[in-house]
Amino acid sequence: MILNIFTDIHELLLGLMSEEAAHILELVLIAAGYLGIFAILGLLLVWLERRVAGFFQLRLGPNRVGPMGLFQTIADALKLVSKELTGTVKADMQLYKLAPYFVITTALMSLALIPFSYEIHAFDINIGLFFLTSVSSIGVIGIFLAGWASNNKYSLIGGMRTGIQMISYELSVGMSIVTMVVLAGTLQISEIVEIQKDGWLIFKGHIPALIAFMVFMIAGTAESNRTPFDLVEAESELGAGFHTEYSGMNFAYYFLAEFVNLFIISSVAVVLFFGGWLSPFGITDSIPFAGLFWFGIKVVGVIFIFMWFRWTFPRFRIDQLLTLEWKYLLPINIVNIVLMALMVWLGLTF
Amino acid sequence: MSYFSEIINGTKTLLTGMRITGKYFFVNLFTRRDVITQQYPDNIDTLEMFDRFKGEITLFHNENNEHKCDACTLCEKACPNGSLEVLGDKAKDPETGKNKRFLVKHIYHLEMCTMCGLCIEACPQDALEWGQDFHHVEYDRSKLTKVLNKPGSKIIPGLKG
Repeated sequence: MILNIFTDIHELLLGLMSEEAAHILELVLIAAGYLGIFAILGLLLVWLERRVAGFFQLRLGPNRVGPMGLFQTIADALKLVSKELTGTVKADMQLYKLAPYFVITTALMSLALIPFSYEIHAFDINIGLFFLTSVSSIGVIGIFLAGWASNNKYSLIGGMRTGIQMISYELSVGMSIVTMVVLAGTLQISEIVEIQKDGWLIFKGHIPALIAFMVFMIAGTAESNRTPFDLVEAESELGAGFHTEYSGMNFAYYFLAEFVNLFIISSVAVVLFFGGWLSPFGITDSIPFAGLFWFGIKVVGVIFIFMWFRWTFPRFRIDQLLTLEWKYLLPINIVNIVLMALMVWLGLTF
Repeated sequence: MSYFSEIINGTKTLLTGMRITGKYFFVNLFTRRDVITQQYPDNIDTLEMFDRFKGEITLFHNENNEHKCDACTLCEKACPNGSLEVLGDKAKDPETGKNKRFLVKHIYHLEMCTMCGLCIEACPQDALEWGQDFHHVEYDRSKLTKVLNKPGSKIIPGLKG
């Protein structure tokens, strides 16, 4: 059904202009669509986070603007749009203004690889997962530049901590992804989902897949800079960390990108471990929007686990952060990859 | 070997923490049982403040319209910003035939009160106590000056003066 709409638009455009112009216009339309998804996802997730945080802390959360407070974040975003963009006098202005766009662009680029359903999958290449991890690691540069260009000690410390944290934990995320790739045998995201038609990978790979999932969740929390790993913007020590000097929309870009990154991390977890947009009961293709529905449900579930982490655990100290990564997660991961390879070799997977 | 036991122990304690917060979350998601938030203007009719809430100073009156104040003015002296004025008078006690003080007016300037509670601590008779009402907004400042003893009220008979 969605595919029909797409082909209709395609034919309409072909009738109006040449093939190349239509192709470029379609790319622009898709990009605009993804920008829309970016904004809506960001606002929805901020609302979800605040609501969930409320219930965890015996509060109600935002519940006044619109049904269940759904429009609260839209109101907040409008407020941020209307605010003045300020900067410090001694900031490196070019880099300072450039920095947020690194973060959003990388978040948008990774968003293109997410399979929302069988039909809605903008960019499906044969090295999908590899591309995803490499692109999302560029986002660090945005945070790093923000910390450096602000010319503020808190921002700088925040940026430096990002460097330490991201470089360390990207290793763990990558390793746990590699573990699952060993099991799946492909890097293409659509194929990984396809493989799971007769069972999710977390069941197929049992013990090593379970360990990989746990490591992925821990490292994913660190990757998206969330508590307990939010040393980058530790409020009690650094003001607001790397975005201390940002205001208005520039700040909102970081804020939205953070939540979109959370969505991306959760989507990768869903694709790798829980069968992407596949229904858990095997009736996937009969209903048109079922893929979107199941994907949404699973992603919200994983996001909820991340929120659960955030509102339960206290923040790490920087040395504890590095101890956890280099002394615990990384050795576990390496052993886990060998274990997974052995299991695949001996045919012990389901 | 402590390396592995640390991992297992750490996971266990993390799960314990998550169980506690998870209980909070799901209980409040479905029943709102433990939610502390008061949605103030909506629940103005049913709102009950806590016993220890410091809303205003009141003079205790029992059901016979009797209070415990014998106009010793210790509360007036204890007040750091002069928000209490105790007007007393002396009259002959019919039982003992001696002169005895009695309260005429206990004037309370709410606009000057900082709710420090020193008058309540100072009162030897425990006549003053906290009231929980906090709706004090008025358009006229003079309305904030209140008389605490109700009209026609007397001291509880037999109370040691």
